[in-house]
Amino acid sequence: MILSAYELGFRLLNERIRSVNGDVTVYDCFGERFIGAGASSKTIVINGTPGNALGMYLDGATIIVNGNSQDAVGDTMNDGKIIINGNAGDALGYAMRGGKIFVRGDAGYRTGIHMKEYKDKKPVIIIGGCTGSFLGEYLAGGCIIVLGLNTDDYPAGEFTGVGMHGGEIFIRSSKPPVNLPGQVTAGIAGEEDICRIKDDIQEFSEVFNIKTEEIFSKPIYRLVPNGKNPYKRLYMDN
Amino acid sequence: MAVNYFYPDYEIIRDYNRCINCRVCERQCANEAHRYLDDADKMVCDDARCVNCQRCVSVCPTRALKITETSNTFRKNANWSEKTIKEIYRQAESGGVLLSSMGNPENYPVYFDKILINASQVTSPSIDPLREPMETRVFLGAKPDRIQRGKDGRLVSNMPPHITLSMPVMFSAMSYGSVSYNTHESLARAAAELGIMYNTGEGGLHENLYKYGKNTIVQVASGRFGVHKTYLNSCAAVEIKIGQGAKPGIGGHLPGTKIVGDVSKTRMVPEGSDAISPAPHHDIYSIEDLKQLVYSIKEATAYTKPVIVKIAAVHNVSAIASGIARSGTDIIAIDGFRGGTGAAPTRIRDHVGIPIELALASVDKRLRDEGIRNKVSLIAGGSIRSSADVVKAIALGADCVYIGSAALIALGCHLCRSCHTGKCNWGIATQREDLAKRLNPDTGYKRLVNMLTAWQHEIKEMMGGMGINSIESLKGNRLMLRGVGLNEKELEILGIKHAAD
Repeated sequence: MILSAYELGFRLLNERIRSVNGDVTVYDCFGERFIGAGASSKTIVINGTPGNALGMYLDGATIIVNGNSQDAVGDTMNDGKIIINGNAGDALGYAMRGGKIFVRGDAGYRTGIHMKEYKDKKPVIIIGGCTGSFLGEYLAGGCIIVLGLNTDDYPAGEFTGVGMHGGEIFIRSSKPPVNLPGQVTAGIAGEEDICRIKDDIQEFSEVFNIKTEEIFSKPIYRLVPNGKNPYKRLYMDN
Repeated sequence: MAVNYFYPDYEIIRDYNRCINCRVCERQCANEAHRYLDDADKMVCDDARCVNCQRCVSVCPTRALKITETSNTFRKNANWSEKTIKEIYRQAESGGVLLSSMGNPENYPVYFDKILINASQVTSPSIDPLREPMETRVFLGAKPDRIQRGKDGRLVSNMPPHITLSMPVMFSAMSYGSVSYNTHESLARAAAELGIMYNTGEGGLHENLYKYGKNTIVQVASGRFGVHKTYLNSCAAVEIKIGQGAKPGIGGHLPGTKIVGDVSKTRMVPEGSDAISPAPHHDIYSIEDLKQLVYSIKEATAYTKPVIVKIAAVHNVSAIASGIARSGTDIIAIDGFRGGTGAAPTRIRDHVGIPIELALASVDKRLRDEGIRNKVSLIAGGSIRSSADVVKAIALGADCVYIGSAALIALGCHLCRSCHTGKCNWGIATQREDLAKRLNPDTGYKRLVNMLTAWQHEIKEMMGGMGINSIESLKGNRLMLRGVGLNEKELEILGIKHAAD
């Protein structure tokens, strides 16, 4: 089904999307929020710029954006896939627990913060470009990959991995990460590590038609926390 | 260093004439305060391990045990209390942030105890609730601005989603993880039988308890543990937790040692990994952002559930509540500084936040002054201890109250304030299986039902005494309250007169 978002407002637009059994293509999208909130079993293609909280609590559906997206994409997402053919705003994939988010361009501040994993649920975020500060803050599980395909500089901002106590962050860069917090260790990703993310990178390269050779043409650093109980010695029973 | 060897705060007194060496005290104490000496055929105890939870006293078949406060004392000092001195010793030794549990025990004024309730004499006759109808039902949620009628003149139902309660009391948020499964089951079953709500806290909802969904409030906090679409749709209302009275402004931290078995499964975090809830929701930095989270929940639940926003009572609470009331939130829960907790830094618990009585009165007035009181219902929590506190809170402007500590006390809690150790001898704040099974949900839920049934009778008696037969007529009815020993400013904030004024 094809829907125009023109002058519908988010509530009506989302009501129509929810009522459709099957795939939906939305055009004239111009900042409508909450598209696909909690959606479980359809493909939603969006032409234009969806508003904040795109695919919030997403539960298995696929969302493809032909354009940029705004803040809080895939917030508390449980399962499914979000593909952004452009840039994304702040707090992408906040508290995400499963599924995948691929962004062709850049993402803003606080990308993938407090992501977590549980058993077979392991969220993956791949950013083709750069990210802002606080990448992977409080990271508790899952995998964030920042490729920096559009820069020769280090592709993440300040305070990467602050409070990180699980999961892993991969950063493709010719310059090594600097200013990492004490509880995060960084090193060049080993063969086994690369093996683990190869399928996701392959999928990303196919989705955006980017050559995998280009992706693997620079070193990839892997950031992991030193322990899963970072604040154990902070407290004293009173 | 000798300075760290404190004389214990409490002493275990054993009457050896009564002790029969049955060793039940030894088996029942998770702190291992009691020990049997084979050679001497004698029970001995280590006072230093005792937290004064009264478990051994309660189970001793011959009443051979009692716990007393020690008479050992530091040199008296009105400025430097023994407690303060010992806390410094502890920190000098460990370098650690002091960690405590349950509500603020310090000696701040309890305004509920300085407020008295009215009754009718001669004029406006009192009502006998045993023989006359008395309504304690409440409906929580936004109320429409105006009545709508269709073309045929009939009423159009434009009521936003609501929750209906048989009485104005709900169990406040206590997460599975901070409390045991049996505690959650007791709360859920009691809520179902009473026609009220319990609240999952932010630890997710155990799959066995989905069947109590009609009586469940699910919580969405900054860690988003166990939050998914099914969870959001398995409840009567969704609560966004911004803050908690015991620890305003800081996040939560369930240590990895408590993330075991079903707790791990329900929270959806791996066993042994810390569950950290950040201090803020990182997608909420403003009222506009809050509105976004509120509407994201409404979208994910197709506008079928009311959304509650819970905040701690802090200095600017009325301005904050005014903002929240304009965010699409249906219900605001305010938690006073005496609210309980499974663990909080001592300094925060004891020094941050304000009393619920003042916060509630101030918020209710502000919302009425701004003409937006109908947009939200108000829940007051943070140490509601009895039906009298319920009546006073409602007359100060609450639609309903949350009880947490009172419910745990009904289940056996003796307020030893050691929840953070995870060794609760009453089976409440623990995940140790041998301890958790001490709380039988079959008896636990009945005790909760008993307590609240009694409260409901008492509320009706007090309402009847005032000549009021519906809880709605008590709401915000400050004429039914008088203060004793309060100064002008306190009376002004509470919006009540002094006794006999």
